[in-house]
Amino acid sequence: MSKEYVDVGTPAIEMRNIVKKFGDFVANDGINLTVHKGEIHAILGENGAGKSTLMNQLYGLLKPTSGEILVNGKPIEMNNPRDAIDAGIGMVHQHFMLVQPFTVTENIVLGAEPLKGVTLDMATARKNVIELSEKYGLSIDPDAKIEDISVGMQQRVEILKALYRGADILILDEPTSSLTPQEIVELIQIMHNLTHDGKCIILITHKLKEIKEAADYCTIIRLGKYIGTVDVDTVDENDLASMMVGRKVTFQVDKPAQEPGKVVLDVKDLHGVDYRGVEILKGLNLQVHAGEIVGIAGIDGNGQTELVEILTGLRKGTQGDATVNGVSIYNKSPSFGFEHGVSSIPADRQKHGLVLDFSIEDNLILQNYGEAPFSKKRFLQRDSIFKHASKSIEDYDIRPRQSEKRPAGTLSGGNQQKVIIAREVQNDKDLLIAVNPTRGLDVGAIEYVHQYIVEQRNKGKAVLLVSFELDEIMSLSDVIDVIFDGKIVSSIPGGQANENELGLLMAGGKAE
Amino acid sequence: MKEKKSWIDFISENTFIHILLSIILGFLVGAIFLAVMGLSVGAAYGRLINSVTSLKGFTYVVVYAVPYIVAGLSVAFSFKTGVFNIGAEGQFVVGAMAAVVTSLFASSLPSIILIPLCFLAAMCMGALWGVVVGILKTKRGINEVLSMIMFNWIAFYLSNYIAGLPGIKNEGSAEATKNIAANASLQFSKDFIKQAGVAPTFNWGFIIAILVTLLVWLMIEKTTLGYELKAVGANKYAAEYGGINVNRSILTALGISGAMAGLAGALLVMGMGQRISIFSSQEGYGFAGIVVALIGCSNPFGVFIAGLFYGALMYGGSKLNLVGAPTQLISVIVGTVVFFISISVIFRNIKYLKKRGNASTKKGVAKA
Repeated sequence: MSKEYVDVGTPAIEMRNIVKKFGDFVANDGINLTVHKGEIHAILGENGAGKSTLMNQLYGLLKPTSGEILVNGKPIEMNNPRDAIDAGIGMVHQHFMLVQPFTVTENIVLGAEPLKGVTLDMATARKNVIELSEKYGLSIDPDAKIEDISVGMQQRVEILKALYRGADILILDEPTSSLTPQEIVELIQIMHNLTHDGKCIILITHKLKEIKEAADYCTIIRLGKYIGTVDVDTVDENDLASMMVGRKVTFQVDKPAQEPGKVVLDVKDLHGVDYRGVEILKGLNLQVHAGEIVGIAGIDGNGQTELVEILTGLRKGTQGDATVNGVSIYNKSPSFGFEHGVSSIPADRQKHGLVLDFSIEDNLILQNYGEAPFSKKRFLQRDSIFKHASKSIEDYDIRPRQSEKRPAGTLSGGNQQKVIIAREVQNDKDLLIAVNPTRGLDVGAIEYVHQYIVEQRNKGKAVLLVSFELDEIMSLSDVIDVIFDGKIVSSIPGGQANENELGLLMAGGKAE
Repeated sequence: MKEKKSWIDFISENTFIHILLSIILGFLVGAIFLAVMGLSVGAAYGRLINSVTSLKGFTYVVVYAVPYIVAGLSVAFSFKTGVFNIGAEGQFVVGAMAAVVTSLFASSLPSIILIPLCFLAAMCMGALWGVVVGILKTKRGINEVLSMIMFNWIAFYLSNYIAGLPGIKNEGSAEATKNIAANASLQFSKDFIKQAGVAPTFNWGFIIAILVTLLVWLMIEKTTLGYELKAVGANKYAAEYGGINVNRSILTALGISGAMAGLAGALLVMGMGQRISIFSSQEGYGFAGIVVALIGCSNPFGVFIAGLFYGALMYGGSKLNLVGAPTQLISVIVGTVVFFISISVIFRNIKYLKKRGNASTKKGVAKA
């Protein structure tokens, strides 16, 4: 990566020897960070390494226990995000901070609304938002409500929100986790446009490939400690990965060849509408066999969300059928599907996957609290529930240990996902539906999640994998089904796909 | 130095302390009002404490507290399950009326049958009042708070109408129903009351209140039903994804909460009240239930204690005029307590004061 825009004068951001303690726990232990104007600086670390803690201090959400923060060479004390925004710092959080019932426009201008006299000028706001979105190529529907739009579009709204406030220093926390490969390319282009304008970007990511593609420098944090800052040009992905986790990481998933068995999931001529009532599934056909991973590749908004919602009983289809082991689960309740062999790892782990206020042990029995040994005669058996949780925490490497009674909301994203995987895998159903299962996870956790998914396949389960990560689809799938405009347009054996061909098919083109 | 920090953390993170601070602040504000009116704070609060600490006074407090405890449990249960039962008032009223009417029409039955029958009638009516609102919400998407407030008024006027019907209305001049059948009364015998020197309306209701408290705790913490209802309350999307029928859970929660509010009404008329007056405005037991649930942090045992506290304020407050203080002072105290509990997030932020140095930290804590 060229560093043509980097201005080596006074650093835009300097964090010196930052220490942050929560009680006895040291989340940041002497972290240094220097970012110049025109620079894209990646921060790399595992889930729970202290990246978010560090950024939250820069954004005024937390106060350092000790250490100094300088903006443009001046020491600054940040008491709240307002101070950070005034200092020209903008942040896009990993978990969206959007008001669900508000429209896209309302969310973007929230707190910085244009006024006409004393009233809101929503027309101007809408115009500004459209201009901004066109300028940076982030397509959005300015009038859609947040609760109705896809995770991908919500992410774009978050990015626009920060840009709208005219931030000079932009913190992006996992900004690409829900974008398609094309969108990621566009985003990286946007990031370069921004640095060209003299802005600087702090990029928090687990994706080594993106760091190589986008970042100039990279600071690595492990277990709260400062490991080092490297010039990205001088290292490769393996170097970065081992600096991050402190050991060698394998990127290859070990997947023995295996003959698929009988048909488990059979979707026939499925039609369905999206939140606006517009037909989005237009006669989709799909089969998943036992012992097979079928990956759905497609650009967000081509019907994959609705497909999964219909299969998991959250949405009604308008026509067609879907069977699991010959039993129709079409337009039945979620519990009917569960009883007839469907388990799933939902796309939005905090909304659908977990009850964040519930303890981990209670989250682990979300579908089978009513069954032995977790309850007897409608009374919960706390001992069995606790034992089950202890075993799951150990078997699935959920951290921290001894967290059976802790609310799920206190865990890091990767560990929240492990709780869901522990639950769904132990349900031992014939069909596992996994939607973006590694969204926002670090390479260590991704490796782990992938192992579990492949293990399910090896045990003869049918796996339907829906993911916006093409790499994930390509490395895990036995069959890749490309979804476009509500139909499966192409079905390719996993080993034979390449990224360009898939990208073309996903955009509605024809393969050679 | 280190210990001080943990002390501050303790204050800012312990909900029980927040409640205690809110109560102390309530009494402080009450004291300011007394001082402004030129009354002796000591005399008024002394009177308050004296009137509830004697045997007779304490049993009065228990008698007063029973309907508050059970109404509080009703609201607390609804909080836990994600529906805000502001309709406890109406459910309480129809429950009370159901108990009175049942006792009058089945007055010949022996107590052992009549009393459970009255409870059952009251709980059914209360549950009905809750479930109808639930059906309107789940089937028609009607905001439950609005329909509950309307149902409160329907209950109020229905109660006044029934109380005036021949056969139910008191034949004397009193604008009230007849007294409930003697067989349906929960009050202890006159002899026992005289001998023991307890409040003349002392009754079995407190046993029921203890039982209901235990039952609610058991239901919420130990049963699969409680698990389902709490899951829906905490995250209905995940609950639905996990296979829980969300609409049915909302109806169940409202039904159970309504039944408890109805039972609270029955406990009032079968214990202390013995009859229902024709009122010109809502009595507010159900609304008091909201206050009690708030003070009790929606924890069943917390609600039990909060109900006793509320009962003590109500009974003790009624004696304040003996020292020339207005009984409305109690409303000021209760209002202030609720106000501070509602904004108890401020106590959570005490720890941020420590950044400004030790001197101001000490002051901040002392003040709070």
